Amino acid sequence: MTLFLQYLAAGIASGSTFALVATGFVVIYRVTGVINFAQGVFAVLGGFLAYSLLQAGVAHGLAESLAVLITAAIGLVVGLVALGRRGTPPLASLIVTLGLAIFSYAVVITTWGDHPISYEGLSGLLAIGGVSMQRQYVLIVGAAVVTFLALALLFGRTYLGMALTACSSDQRAARLMGIDVWRMGLLAFAVGGGLGGLAGVLLTPLQPVQFDSDVGIAVNGFAAAIFGGLVRPVTAFAGGLVLGVAEAMVAGYYRSSYETAIALAVMLALMLWQASRRAPSEE
Amino acid sequence: MPEGSEPLLEVHDLVVRYGAATALDGVDLAVGRAEMVALVGPNGAGKTTLLDTVSGLVAPAAGRIELRGRLAQVPEGRRLFPEMTVEDNLRLGAWRVRDRRVGPVYELFPHLVELRRRKAGSLSCGEQQMVAVGRALMGQPDLLAVDELSLGLAPQIVDTLAEHLQDLNRRSGMAILLVEQNARLALDICSRAYVIEAGRIALTGPSEQLRNSPAVQAAYLGGAYEA
Ligand SMILES: Nc1ncnc2c1ncn2[C@@H]1O[C@H](COP(=O)(O)OP(=O)(O)OP(=O)(O)O)[C@@H](O)[C@H]1O
Ligand SMILES: [Mg+2]
Repeated sequence: MTLFLQYLAAGIASGSTFALVATGFVVIYRVTGVINFAQGVFAVLGGFLAYSLLQAGVAHGLAESLAVLITAAIGLVVGLVALGRRGTPPLASLIVTLGLAIFSYAVVITTWGDHPISYEGLSGLLAIGGVSMQRQYVLIVGAAVVTFLALALLFGRTYLGMALTACSSDQRAARLMGIDVWRMGLLAFAVGGGLGGLAGVLLTPLQPVQFDSDVGIAVNGFAAAIFGGLVRPVTAFAGGLVLGVAEAMVAGYYRSSYETAIALAVMLALMLWQASRRAPSEE
Repeated sequence: MPEGSEPLLEVHDLVVRYGAATALDGVDLAVGRAEMVALVGPNGAGKTTLLDTVSGLVAPAAGRIELRGRLAQVPEGRRLFPEMTVEDNLRLGAWRVRDRRVGPVYELFPHLVELRRRKAGSLSCGEQQMVAVGRALMGQPDLLAVDELSLGLAPQIVDTLAEHLQDLNRRSGMAILLVEQNARLALDICSRAYVIEAGRIALTGPSEQLRNSPAVQAAYLGGAYEA
């Protein structure tokens, strides 16, 4: 039983990072209609940046926060390149993000090399109800929940959030109101970058990252995002948790090498299910 | 158009293309301050394109647009943000201006007060059109462009909305450019009209004159006009 609870705790923790990545996908997709293939890259860069800052003697907490801010700035740059001129079709932007993801390999390898890195997260264990779990797990879940609430507040309660939602709801109407859809898209990319960076910063102490870790991270995040049809953050968040727990169980009771296969299978099943649901209503 | 004063909106020799297709081909149009002008024409004539170009959504291939004031558009099909509340829809209409108070819109459409917390997508078409007009008014326009006011609405609701527009025009001097399938309605409430066909202005003049033109009667008024 305790073993089960430990797997569950580990699953919720990694699931929370998937949820953060997923929410990044959702924010960007909702506002711009672009599936950002570079979403996993933000996590990798977040991990590497925090690592370098810690190496340079920056204190824990500050280093991770700075890394998240820098990935948000990188998100903005990715948005600038991907969205290009006003009116660029989302499919063209999608291809650009794919190109940027591959380009990031070169950047990471020349800057940090091709070996995996990691750093100490919160050390020690915390006993909750007889289950001892790593403090890092608690930090991850806490950070994810706080971030999620902050986003819910931004989108649900602020005028800016309303404008972002307007862009995703009806671009034409949003433009008629005078909302600059292109700029809102850049903002979404910055938020998405920060969310990816946060996931990476939290995940790196648990799972070392290397230049091409973005694929695994993005696959999990995308699978979680698909739960909510790429547009609903709450469902994406739940999706992340479900996926994290499922993978932790498979890894714990069976084999860890099946983790990604599980994520892919779940994603495929969901896409097929959604496609079959959508097909009759279209056309 | 009133003599002497510069018009609020002037469109000169406007050409708009979608790829190889020419949607507007040398359109001239003007709306004076506090004027109500109708724009009528068959499906695909370019009415929406003209409004979108004036609104800055579509870039013209050639021609000139001079707008001496603020413009807000009530788009064809209303296009509310369906999952947002009525009030949030209204508030978003004020994106360009400082003042986001919704009070004046509720004064104009008291019925919206009780709907304020409802999701816009759950309203009837008539109610949605009220919200769409209200949302445009939140932008404090000098010129209100309405694309297909009557589309899909019951005649009674159309009459009420038309009265509201006339009232706005009379009381606050707001200019109105009304695109309508229902040419009879448009000619009734506007003092001047343009008839657009295949991207060109085919006819223009005072509503009275167009109403009596046999060509307009045959094409848009379903035969002889009975006052
Ligand atoms: N985004 C677009 N891309 C390509 N062609 C377009 C686009 N929008 C409109 N058109 C074409 O431009 C022409 C004018 O269309 P527009 O919508 O302006 O006409 P309309 O007078 O508003 O018609 P309706 O009465 O049906 O609303 C049509 O032939 C239409 O097919
Ligand atoms: Mg139209």
